[in-house]
Amino acid sequence: MAQADATMMGGAGASSGTEKLVTAEGVPLKRALERAQRRRKLMAFALVVPLLAFILTVFVFPIAQMMWLSVKNDQIVNAIPRTLEELRDWDGRELPDEAVFAALHADLMEDLERPRREQATGPMGIRLNYELSAARSAVSRTARAASGFEAPYKEAFIDAHRLWGDPELWRIIKREGRPLTASYYVAALDRQYDEDGRIVQRDENRRIYVSLFGRTLMLSVIITGMTFLLGFPIAFYMSILPMRHANLLMICVLLPFWTSLLVRTSAWIVLLQQQGVINTGLVTLGIIDDENRLSMIYNMTGTIIAMTHILLPFMVLPLYSVMRTIPPSYMRAAKSLGATPWTAFRRVYFPQTLPGIGAGGVLVFIISIGYYITPALVGGQSGRMISNEIARHIQQSLNWGLAAALGTMLLVGVLALYWLYNRLVGADSLKLG
Amino acid sequence: MSMPAYYTTKDKIWHYTFRVICFAIFFFLLAPILIMIPLSFNAQPFFTFTREMLTLNPDGFSLRWYQDFLESASWRRSIQNSFLIGIAATIISATLGTLAALGLSRSEMPAKGLIMGILISPMIVPLIISAAGMFFFFSSINLAQTYLGVILAHAALGTPFVVITVTATLVGFDHSLTRAAANLGASPTRTFFKITMPLILPGIISGALFAFITSFDEIVVVLFVAGVEQRTIPREMWSGIREDISPTILAVATILVLISVALLTVVELLRRRGERLRGMSPG
Repeated sequence: MAQADATMMGGAGASSGTEKLVTAEGVPLKRALERAQRRRKLMAFALVVPLLAFILTVFVFPIAQMMWLSVKNDQIVNAIPRTLEELRDWDGRELPDEAVFAALHADLMEDLERPRREQATGPMGIRLNYELSAARSAVSRTARAASGFEAPYKEAFIDAHRLWGDPELWRIIKREGRPLTASYYVAALDRQYDEDGRIVQRDENRRIYVSLFGRTLMLSVIITGMTFLLGFPIAFYMSILPMRHANLLMICVLLPFWTSLLVRTSAWIVLLQQQGVINTGLVTLGIIDDENRLSMIYNMTGTIIAMTHILLPFMVLPLYSVMRTIPPSYMRAAKSLGATPWTAFRRVYFPQTLPGIGAGGVLVFIISIGYYITPALVGGQSGRMISNEIARHIQQSLNWGLAAALGTMLLVGVLALYWLYNRLVGADSLKLG
Repeated sequence: MSMPAYYTTKDKIWHYTFRVICFAIFFFLLAPILIMIPLSFNAQPFFTFTREMLTLNPDGFSLRWYQDFLESASWRRSIQNSFLIGIAATIISATLGTLAALGLSRSEMPAKGLIMGILISPMIVPLIISAAGMFFFFSSINLAQTYLGVILAHAALGTPFVVITVTATLVGFDHSLTRAAANLGASPTRTFFKITMPLILPGIISGALFAFITSFDEIVVVLFVAGVEQRTIPREMWSGIREDISPTILAVATILVLISVALLTVVELLRRRGERLRGMSPG
């Protein structure tokens, strides 16, 4: 301590003179403080690093990798580099000439010599098949027979599979023979390339995704609206009750919130299906005939009812926490100044609940726009949403590029909405039950 | 909501109508969940009340679906899997999440907003996208269809809840307590376990419970990342609903509702205790 005191004295003397403040070790005070500050910063950061590294590896990187799949396009480049080189000057009208076919033969022969796991023609066939059905069998059949081909190769290829005589296949090979592609996004927007390489709309009956995005948005708007209509009255009711009663009712809101999603979804199946509780009850009461049971599930109605029920707590909780803070004296003041109850509600009370409505609304909308389970179980055909299509392309049609493109579009939409939510209420105010 | 004496008839009618509307909405919230409980004791393989049940005839009720649930090998394995995966994922998320929350609540923390955004992103990104990303990633490193893969995925999904609840607990934290401990000669580790930890424990536990319930209830990632070996209870319910829907689902659902009631009670008690400890009024 004595040493420190001496330094302090020295420092005090220095402040009037030209010398700088120094610590006991003789380091200038400013630098020592900076060093301590940096060490504290590092300490704080070191505490966050493990989780940050974990989330970046297990969560952020996989999603970035998925987004990369939506533009990654190396299948054709890897398989037939020589052919692509020869195709560079092709005009895309008539069939390519013999030189191209010879290059293709050379490429296929080289590929055959690789170990089976590294052969590139398989992925190329799959890639081409996304653009032109039957292309996969053309590639695989020709690859198997290629070792027996002799010049002229053009005829040999067309003999092996007629598709090689179709300029369309060659146009696709030329167009997709680049390491990056936009064609998954083109397909995800219901467009396609025409003969001249321009992007045009698909035929009416092959347009799926734009209307599916539209339906997803519409369902999310309806569900958000329904949760608002049902959530506003009960949040208001709870906010004017004494705390003790309000907490009791809050449990009624939190119990569904905490109950397994699949339990809630199966509850609606039990209630709404043709042989379910509601239909049987209505038949027993004689309100509907046995033959005319209502179809309330496996369609859009089922999705709307079940998702409104599941997402209602997400609307009630922010609404309630905002309404609790609105002093009742404002309404009383408005009424005493001559406003009718309706005017007082509309002009004085309602505007104050807007932050809660915004928070709850955006939250419900964000969640419903990417919902998968409930539409998959109770949605049938008409209640499907975009996430169901993403899952189908990953698990069944195996068109991962298209799934990634649809997923990226959904993700960008959700992140934009979240940014909006953040601007409205701030992420910190996210409350959990 | 007692009615003031000056209410006119119109006010009174509105008052009662409003109450009726509110209780109808509460009924809509609770009835679907509660109705499954009696139906799970149905003696018949139907999803509706039989005549015997409505007349309270004992023959109409049975425990056969509970027996089904407990005797089936696949359901039993799913129970084990759910708890194994849930507990392992919770330990990872609670540890990493608490550390990160401690760092984030320090005033010297650089780039707080950005880091917080990244850490809570698993809560915001739609599950289908997280699941798709993890499916591609885990397949490429041979972690798909393994326990480790599902556990890591669930740990990532659970951490935001731990980070948020522990950060919230630390908002009211009196930092002079740790400075006092350090001043009295305690090492940082000792200070953490003796001073900080007991005070933020309610936050850690409720965050961990959120993480556990997230994993316990999670199905989308399981559908993509887990194999047959790692099927959890929700995964088994999913096939039950899609393939052969039987009232066994209702028995499982009833048990899950009871579990969630228990967890809800614990979280609520912890929240009140935490607020009392930090000198806030219970709300």
